Amino acid sequence: MKPDSDLIALQKRLLARMAHNSRSLPITRIMEVCGTHTMAIGRFGLRRVLPDNIRLISGPGCPVCVTPAGYIDQAIAIARKHGLTLAAFGDLLRVPGRTGSLETARAEGVGVEIILSPSDLFRLKKPLLFLATGFETTLAPIASVIQETVQRKEQNIFFLTSFKIVPPTLHLLLNDPEIGIDAFLLPGHVSAIIGEAAYGVLPVPSVIAGFECLSILLALDKIVSMKQDGLTGVANTYRQAVTRNGNRVAQKLIAEMLEPCDEPWRGIGPLPGCSLQLRPAYHSVDAVRVFSLPPLENENTPGCCCGDILKGKIRPFDCPLFAKSCTPDSPVGPCMVSSEGTCAAFYKYERTAP
Amino acid sequence: MKIRLAHGGGGRETRALINDLIQGYLGNPILDKMEDAAVLTGHAQLAFTTDSFVVKPLFFPGGDIGTLCVCGTTNDLAVMGARPSKLSLALILEEGLDIDILEKVLQSIRNECRQGGLEVVCGDTKVVEKGACDALFINTSGIGFYERNVPFSLTQIQEGDVLLLSGFSGDHGAAILNARHSLDIQNAVLSDCAQLYPLVSLLQEAKVTVHAMRDATRGGVAAVANEMADASGLTAVIEESMVPVRASVAAFCDLLGLSPLELANEGKLVVALPEKEALKALALMRNHSLGQQAAVIGKMEKRSDFSAVLQTGLGIRRILEMPRGEHLPRIC
Repeated sequence: MKPDSDLIALQKRLLARMAHNSRSLPITRIMEVCGTHTMAIGRFGLRRVLPDNIRLISGPGCPVCVTPAGYIDQAIAIARKHGLTLAAFGDLLRVPGRTGSLETARAEGVGVEIILSPSDLFRLKKPLLFLATGFETTLAPIASVIQETVQRKEQNIFFLTSFKIVPPTLHLLLNDPEIGIDAFLLPGHVSAIIGEAAYGVLPVPSVIAGFECLSILLALDKIVSMKQDGLTGVANTYRQAVTRNGNRVAQKLIAEMLEPCDEPWRGIGPLPGCSLQLRPAYHSVDAVRVFSLPPLENENTPGCCCGDILKGKIRPFDCPLFAKSCTPDSPVGPCMVSSEGTCAAFYKYERTAP
Repeated sequence: MKIRLAHGGGGRETRALINDLIQGYLGNPILDKMEDAAVLTGHAQLAFTTDSFVVKPLFFPGGDIGTLCVCGTTNDLAVMGARPSKLSLALILEEGLDIDILEKVLQSIRNECRQGGLEVVCGDTKVVEKGACDALFINTSGIGFYERNVPFSLTQIQEGDVLLLSGFSGDHGAAILNARHSLDIQNAVLSDCAQLYPLVSLLQEAKVTVHAMRDATRGGVAAVANEMADASGLTAVIEESMVPVRASVAAFCDLLGLSPLELANEGKLVVALPEKEALKALALMRNHSLGQQAAVIGKMEKRSDFSAVLQTGLGIRRILEMPRGEHLPRIC
């Protein structure tokens, strides 16, 4: 956070150029798909300095938020019944299911371990159930650990998966006439795995961005200039990390081990083909098979607008529960539960409408 | 040798542990009397505080639970403007603890006491069965004296006061996280664990008008900004680009999605004082080894919608929230 006047000057020049170039544009709704972008935009306060007609809307890009509440319930129930230790990434700890969170279960005696990397699983106390959630970025390292578990013939590590993928989701969101997306700010980390090419043909300007303030401004500037020139398709302003074809090793692993399924997204409902599950060769470690778990239901909390927020139809401020009965301390809906959820990000950094 | 339950039984073994080991390191005329309470004399106005230490791991880059249990408690006295003087030391030991480990911790306590002119004047030792605590927990209480000075208080903060931070933000939190998770970050950062009284007395001796101070421990600078705002009924405005953060800590935070403003410190002061005193205070602090990176990081303004706001490099103001949740348990 050392004062870097050159960097700030550059950011200000980009903002000025965008203001100039966007003068002739109609209201342009740019959806950032990634929760890390939502957080970064809030942290840098970008929504408050962009031209009035350039609107940033937040999409469903936080994997924790779109994981069904029943998933948490299932994990806690199996842990209790079979004496399993639960392992998860930290952002899942406080996410409420219908009967409690991992945090409350831990206080009641269930073993809960927070890990930073899936490879930590092998050193934890077994039997063990890993709550494997995530988009493509986290999917690849988890898949490699699942593969290693099977190869090692580990009898005591199980995986409860809730995997989501980005590209087909974008196409579904674009086809929803109620949302009206004019452009995408595409996720940097996911793109590093899947590559530019994986998005296929997108009929709106779609720019892959990094997570620094400058990186996000560069991508937004690119979107404005594409709009101005009437261009569409995928552009990449995050070449430090993202290539045309992405990480082939990770893609091969994902394709070999996982297959598409129709698991519901919390707050949104079923998005056909936008989730992945383990293929039969891995059923020996798949908690759904080992413990004969029923499919997750599509559930909705009465009064909660998260579905519309996740799709970018309304902003958190527009929800009657936001910052009133729904806060990070007592979240009502999925967008408030994870630190990278849209509502949690708005609550943390903005809270009131600009 | 290991700690046994008998070491906490209150009998011969306890006596031996205290006499041979603890007094060996920390003995002084008041403690050596081994009375049920220490009798202190001399001062009308005192500051009194207590703190418990459960840090994990016990030893971390830049310090250990021994340095922490002296610095943590005495810093709470120092930021109230009192000169730390006497400490109590209560040890909760887990059965099976290596006595070598206890000895290392006592060495650290002794070193910190010598450095700060402090005495441990009373204490207690308990041993609990294996698994009932994690190796070693410590509670220290501290008494500080006011000689010529008056207490600082958050309620004295005025509109227009500027906020100084005495150095890099977030070093202790980053050091503990790095050690705990074996993250193997290159150029690993050390904890900033240090006694702050020398810095405080520097300002007092130079007669700098100070309204309030707080050491930015758990919750970091963000928590202190919120506490100062709520106690004074004002809004704390922190200027992001002015907050000193080590490049390694900034990178570490980027990687893990943390904010250096929310990470704990164990040797950093936030000082609220009138603007006209700021340059003098800054010059004094920067001349001291504990304050070389001291900087003005913000000011107190008329109350707006939020307790604390952060002004970013682009001139945008956004909420600086009171940190929430289980960021990092057992950091001190």
